[in-house]
Amino acid sequence: MHELTAIQLRDKIKAGEITSTQATKKVLQAIEKHDKIIGAYISVFEKQSLERAAEIDKKIAAGESVGQLAGVPVAVKDNMCTTFGATTCASKILENFHAPYNAAVVQKLLAADAVIVGKTNLDEFAMGSSTENSSLKQTVNPWDTTRVPGGSSGGSSAAVAGRLCMAALGSDTGGSIRQPAGFCGIVGLKPTYGRVSRFGLVAFGSSLDQIGPLALNVEDCALMLNVIAGHDPNDSTSVDEKNAPLCDYLENIDKPVENLKIGIVPQFAAGADKQIQNAINNAVELYKKLGAQIIEIDLPHFEYAIAAYYMVATAEASSNLARYDGVHYGHRTENPNDYIEVYSKSREEGFGKEVKRRIMLGTYALSSGYYDAYYLKALKVRNLIRTDFTNAFEKVDSIITPVTPTTAFKIGEKVDDPLQMYLADMYTISANLAGIPGISLPCGFDDNNLPIGMQILAPAFEEQKLLRIAKMFESKTDYHKKKPAIIES
Amino acid sequence: MSDLKYKIIIGLEIHVQLCTKTKMFCGCALEFAAEPNSRVCPVCLGMPGVLPVMNKKAFEYSVLAALALNCEIASFTKWDRKSYYYPDLPKNYQISQYDLPFSEKGFIEIPLESGESKRIRITRAHLEEDAGKNLHTAGNFSQVDLNRAGTPLLEIVTEPDMNSADEVKALAVELQRIVRYLGVSEADMQKGHMRFEPNINLIITKDGTEYKTPIAEVKNLNSFRALERSIEYEAQRQLDEFLDTGKVMQMGNKSTRGWDDANQMTVLQREKEEAHDYRYFPDPDLLPVEMNDAWLDEIKSRLCELPLQKQIRYVTDYKLSDYDAHVLTAERSTAEFFEQAVSATIEQAFIFGGDPKKICNIITQAGLKLAHEQNCTLSELGFTPENVARLARMVEDGYVNASAANTILEEMTKTDKDPQTIAKDMNLIQKSDAGELEAIVDQVLADNPKAVEDVKSGGKKAKKAQGFLLGQVIQKSKGQANPKIVSQILTKKLS
Repeated sequence: MHELTAIQLRDKIKAGEITSTQATKKVLQAIEKHDKIIGAYISVFEKQSLERAAEIDKKIAAGESVGQLAGVPVAVKDNMCTTFGATTCASKILENFHAPYNAAVVQKLLAADAVIVGKTNLDEFAMGSSTENSSLKQTVNPWDTTRVPGGSSGGSSAAVAGRLCMAALGSDTGGSIRQPAGFCGIVGLKPTYGRVSRFGLVAFGSSLDQIGPLALNVEDCALMLNVIAGHDPNDSTSVDEKNAPLCDYLENIDKPVENLKIGIVPQFAAGADKQIQNAINNAVELYKKLGAQIIEIDLPHFEYAIAAYYMVATAEASSNLARYDGVHYGHRTENPNDYIEVYSKSREEGFGKEVKRRIMLGTYALSSGYYDAYYLKALKVRNLIRTDFTNAFEKVDSIITPVTPTTAFKIGEKVDDPLQMYLADMYTISANLAGIPGISLPCGFDDNNLPIGMQILAPAFEEQKLLRIAKMFESKTDYHKKKPAIIES
Repeated sequence: MSDLKYKIIIGLEIHVQLCTKTKMFCGCALEFAAEPNSRVCPVCLGMPGVLPVMNKKAFEYSVLAALALNCEIASFTKWDRKSYYYPDLPKNYQISQYDLPFSEKGFIEIPLESGESKRIRITRAHLEEDAGKNLHTAGNFSQVDLNRAGTPLLEIVTEPDMNSADEVKALAVELQRIVRYLGVSEADMQKGHMRFEPNINLIITKDGTEYKTPIAEVKNLNSFRALERSIEYEAQRQLDEFLDTGKVMQMGNKSTRGWDDANQMTVLQREKEEAHDYRYFPDPDLLPVEMNDAWLDEIKSRLCELPLQKQIRYVTDYKLSDYDAHVLTAERSTAEFFEQAVSATIEQAFIFGGDPKKICNIITQAGLKLAHEQNCTLSELGFTPENVARLARMVEDGYVNASAANTILEEMTKTDKDPQTIAKDMNLIQKSDAGELEAIVDQVLADNPKAVEDVKSGGKKAKKAQGFLLGQVIQKSKGQANPKIVSQILTKKLS
């Protein structure tokens, strides 16, 4: 099992070489064995997933047609609503919240006959870069359990890297799929904003949030995207397929992109650790050997991305999180004196420190008298960043950057320094501001045997090309095949 | 004695509930008086992860109403979040429109007592979602009913162009007629479909100097009566307060008041206008709405003749009184019924006919009373406009009299028979048979020699005496004698 990819497993299940029940049991055993240490899951659905696996096995035995993820055990980040289990967002305020509906992506996974084995840990409400902001549990990096898995989709990343599922869904608001994928040595894709329905994803920064896959390789990512992409009438911001046609992301994935032009941004290199710079340079060299033309490009407003991001994301978050007030659902304080205290105390008790910090930042940015100077200005910067990318993509097909300035850092190293923590997203944030797709894939290891990630960015709705470009590199390298030692233990 | 004059200045904020089938941003049904929290879904409950989807019909209804109010329609409009915490607001923000409303700069003509009309400017109209309701019915807690949460509301803001309670009432009534005509709102005051918030102050001229009193906003009035009374009350209160304290309008001294219906007075709610910070920002979950010409033209094609235009046309074309024209145009269904009856008459004049005034009389004197009793519209009473036209013609021809016509109309709600047949069956046809009437006339002449004498002698008393004799004949025939024929017989016999 440890040697199989999701696609290979799916094919074996469909061919009757292995049953979904066997595969699911293996995954549940691995969770049982390793998740005490890794801490990837908030909920595990042992009974339910075995029942589902049995149903799918029955379908296959009866010769019925099955979906693209037939019998494959997958995980979902715990900020996507499910009618089974809780949807906690790793927050005390929603610790016992049971959603009355399934997120659109959950519905799609089920329709594709996936087996959802559990829901994974995250930074509370997806706010963070290390999963240390989870109010419910700690997740560690399977490559070094004294280090963070990254975040906010740290649970999904660690689960995939630790082979505690075959693939997982994460959400990416400023890098929350790509950064933990980079830290955990797996592949993570943030699709174009609007490509995947957000319906049922608990909102953090609505104009930035996008759901995407975390998987063991590029093809598995493409498969997952095939399942979850598409217009959803319940999400007004999901894109009309007439304007941006869907395609089979696995089609031609092995075919190298001809006349490939890759952009690199010299100013980026300086900010990253030397070993990361080297790994990226080597990757670029490899593309050159594969026939790509390397072109230096300029993203002049890059340095303002983090500032703009933290205005837009926190402003939206302050409004999105207003509904958690103890009145309708979720944690409610005991013995309030009046309804104002229902609000203030429920929220004080229910939210963690980072969430409170961002609510306050966002509330401030939207306040009358400050709106123009902060929020409006941030929107203008956002437009400039968008334009930077539009201009760049006139010259190149894609842009290669590091995913992070460092490899996975130690647990506790940055918790008291939010600014340092925010910088962990410096390379990923601008893709969210511009709404463009980005993929993170392994491109090396540092001296501590920690994975190094490479980010490739592409123009909006060019996921197919992006995946092909990533696959060109992956098919010539072995980084994605290395496994953390904990798996074999 | 000082010289003192004052003028009331009133602007209105009006919320009109649209009568779409479903809510503004989800598929829940709009239903009045349903069991609490039975018309809700994850979206209008503001559950984690839900997203709003705009109800296109609600947007079109709003545009239609704004067009009728002569507003400019924006080619680009967006949705904003208005943040405040209240238990009846599930998301703790309301989806509304802030700096780019879908329409602005319109006007409404309101009819005045004098028969003239006055133009009141509309500042803007925008669309938003309603909140739920907090219920304080029992015990040491409150309950929240979210059936209303997410109901589409059209908010209309006028300029401070009104100067009396009468004008405000006229605007309210006119707006109610318009939205009902357009079919965009039931505008039922009792169900809270229209809510008014007047901003009131006075311009007082005292000894040649002008003073403005602080503006008071009276919240949430949902009857015409309360609207009128609150303005009258406020005007007097502000005058008294000015004379008492000399307080004038300043930055930030606008107050908010509520209406105490039991005591018929406004009550202070907030002294100073709190610096409300709603932290408006564009809702990232909804796309801006772009209005193109084709879509706008399509909506324009749904506009109809508005009530005040109809009213004026009825007076000019059909020579109806202002009052009758107003009654006929109060409801679109009544006006349409009337117009169908009138056009039936005109098209088929050779078969039957009746002039608009007679049709109007039947409708206003009997038809609307029946409709009111049965709580339905005119067209739902079961008779056709054509038969009403026939009935009007029967009255005009003296075939039946006005009171018999009312009886016949009532019968028409119960049977499919035409009015002639009903008149015959119920013995309501006026007696026009000269022979039969002559006998009655002879009897009356014999019984009233004094009157006969007066007629024959001519002079002052003759006309009055003949009228008396005519009355006697009609009375003796139990109202069925045709007065025209009786007059002819009387004249012949007494000459």
